[in-house]
Amino acid sequence: MKKDIILSGVGGQGILSIATVIGFAAIDSGLYMKQAEVHGMSQRGGDVQSHLRVSSNEIHSDLIPFGGADIILSIEPMESLRYLPYLSKEGWVITNSTPFDNIANYPDINAVKEEIKKIKNHILIDADDIAKNIGSPMSMNMVMVGAASDFLEIDFEKLEKGIRFIFGTKGEEVVKKNIEALYSGKEFSKKFRSR
Amino acid sequence: MEKLLLLGDEALAQGAIDAGMSGMYAYPGTPSTEIMEYVQRSKSAKERNIHRKWSANEKTAAESALGMSYAGKRSMCAMKHVGLNVAADCFMNSAITGANGGTIVAVADDPSMHSSQNEQDSRNYGKFALIPMLEPSSQQECYDMAFHAFDISERYQVPILLRLTTRLSHSRSGVAVKPFKNENELKLPEDKRQFVLLPAIARKRYKMLLANQEKFELESEESPFNKYINGKDKKLGIIACGISFNYLMENYQDTGCPYPVLKVSQYPLPRKHVEKLSSECERILVLEEGSPIVEEMLKGYLGNCLKVSGRLDGSLPRDGELNPNLVLKAVNGIPFQIESIPGVVAARPPKFCNGCGHIDAYNALNEVMKEYGDGHVLSDIGCYTLAALPPFNSINSCVDMGASITMAKGAADAGLFPAIAVIGDSTFTHSGMTGLLDAVIENTNMVVMILDNSTTGMTGGQDSHAVDRLVSICEGLGVHKDHIIRVTPLKKNHEEMVRIIRQEINYKGVSVIIPTRECMQTLKRKTKANK
Repeated sequence: MKKDIILSGVGGQGILSIATVIGFAAIDSGLYMKQAEVHGMSQRGGDVQSHLRVSSNEIHSDLIPFGGADIILSIEPMESLRYLPYLSKEGWVITNSTPFDNIANYPDINAVKEEIKKIKNHILIDADDIAKNIGSPMSMNMVMVGAASDFLEIDFEKLEKGIRFIFGTKGEEVVKKNIEALYSGKEFSKKFRSR
Repeated sequence: MEKLLLLGDEALAQGAIDAGMSGMYAYPGTPSTEIMEYVQRSKSAKERNIHRKWSANEKTAAESALGMSYAGKRSMCAMKHVGLNVAADCFMNSAITGANGGTIVAVADDPSMHSSQNEQDSRNYGKFALIPMLEPSSQQECYDMAFHAFDISERYQVPILLRLTTRLSHSRSGVAVKPFKNENELKLPEDKRQFVLLPAIARKRYKMLLANQEKFELESEESPFNKYINGKDKKLGIIACGISFNYLMENYQDTGCPYPVLKVSQYPLPRKHVEKLSSECERILVLEEGSPIVEEMLKGYLGNCLKVSGRLDGSLPRDGELNPNLVLKAVNGIPFQIESIPGVVAARPPKFCNGCGHIDAYNALNEVMKEYGDGHVLSDIGCYTLAALPPFNSINSCVDMGASITMAKGAADAGLFPAIAVIGDSTFTHSGMTGLLDAVIENTNMVVMILDNSTTGMTGGQDSHAVDRLVSICEGLGVHKDHIIRVTPLKKNHEEMVRIIRQEINYKGVSVIIPTRECMQTLKRKTKANK
């Protein structure tokens, strides 16, 4: 088993919480893992990405080769497109559809969505909306983990455990909401693929 | 055995703690910051009371670490590559004094300049200082090398340079840990004049360093971190330094590399292995992050009898960081195609946080500077450097820590009026104070704005030495107290700030304006913690 995942978003949106949950689940499943992060200047509202690699065999490179990613998991739609050079031919783009508009020249969101729809394997999910609907707008990231969960080849229970591990100190209510977000994302993703 | 999930920076920190380090000294700088931050969070560092406070700059950090080594204990200082320029005086001379307790100079380079003003390769410094160097290829090596580095440092009484690059510093992986070692006892150097670099002693010590070169080479040949991996196809032999070894092996995941590979993670170069590779193979390819140091060395001493490829002959790009695709192309010569990014994607440069006080300070400055035109504002290194970008376009320089004040002074000396320096609070106590003293001595006609957000912001909010001290420091340096003015950078104070900046530009002498408001990031964190 080997999954190479590009996580993308905007500095401050919290892509690292996604990396932490999937990473925890991977390690807990006895898999190898490497995860390259971006620190420093770009964290101030610039584009950020993380290379998350999970495998049953030892992993060499901290960076995913171009054309090698199985998944681009993006919490911002335009940012999902920035990393297309990394996507493999059969890879999936799973992206939030709510734009994070912090620049003067943000493109027309419909044009961005049209670009995403051109990708053979894609899932467009309004994770912000789903998170709001379950009464937990902060759980948008876990909706995205849920949306990708069927592609990870990691037991779903391990992801739940990861959420418990990360949000445990914040109380049972926060844990519950994030697990609900995880389920909602998974549910939506399944529906999207069968449409 | 259970593994810890650690960044390369953190693995080095954990290794140093477990190897009996007594003190850690550093100034924050991407990508090295997390080494100290990890030590500061570490439970065992707290229990053992390992020194773990930030230093004013890299030079004071390096000197304090050397002082701890003088006293017989194990120490480490950490910095980013350009920080080693600041610490270079101590660093170069510490190669001559040598160490007493083991000491590591950990430097994180930033090839591709993700968060830096250049991409200098710190291995140049190691070679310059003639000391052994380590360059880990994995998080596990980061951890293990701390033990190894302290051991060789004490065996040869020499500081060790440990070089990381961005990708390893900021990449996480599982690390197996060892049982921890006790700290050294306080023990002064046997030769009480070891650290006295008077010419007569320095000459002696330098000869000892030179005599050790052969032993350092032997250490490299026997190092567990250097490995000769045989391959069937001798048309090519590959030298893979540090993390580039991973990029190479990534391409031969299942099959193994068909060519002989020399993995180099300890310097000076292991001569025996290099000679074996060069005698067996028709051509040598050097993979290294940063400067073509090894490539140049080989070309130098092997002359034209052997073909050496790398960054100098175009096999690899001359600048920027490596990756698996570039490395494969260098090995097999086949160019790779990458998908293009759709045209709809716009650039998203970093920017000030919402509500940041720097925004209000620059709005006021911009309004005043409209009267004088562009080109009057010399600035520095920190979050406030982002004002070089639209919509602010406020500043005209960013060179090195502290250069705003001294460059503004030089420009004022040349006749530029007004000459404005904009510097952050932490950068000011790092390297701005001495420049301000120069200006005070000559009563240079200039305005210094110290943007005080009471933290080291760009690297994530580390403690600033400047907190509550800026006014007294400026007074102590001799700035007249009527021309040290604190303001609160808020929208409602815009007119007041504009008036003060104008007034101080018209004062013929050194003025210091200090817009003071806490960083939004640290404020947010505090509010969250108090909930």
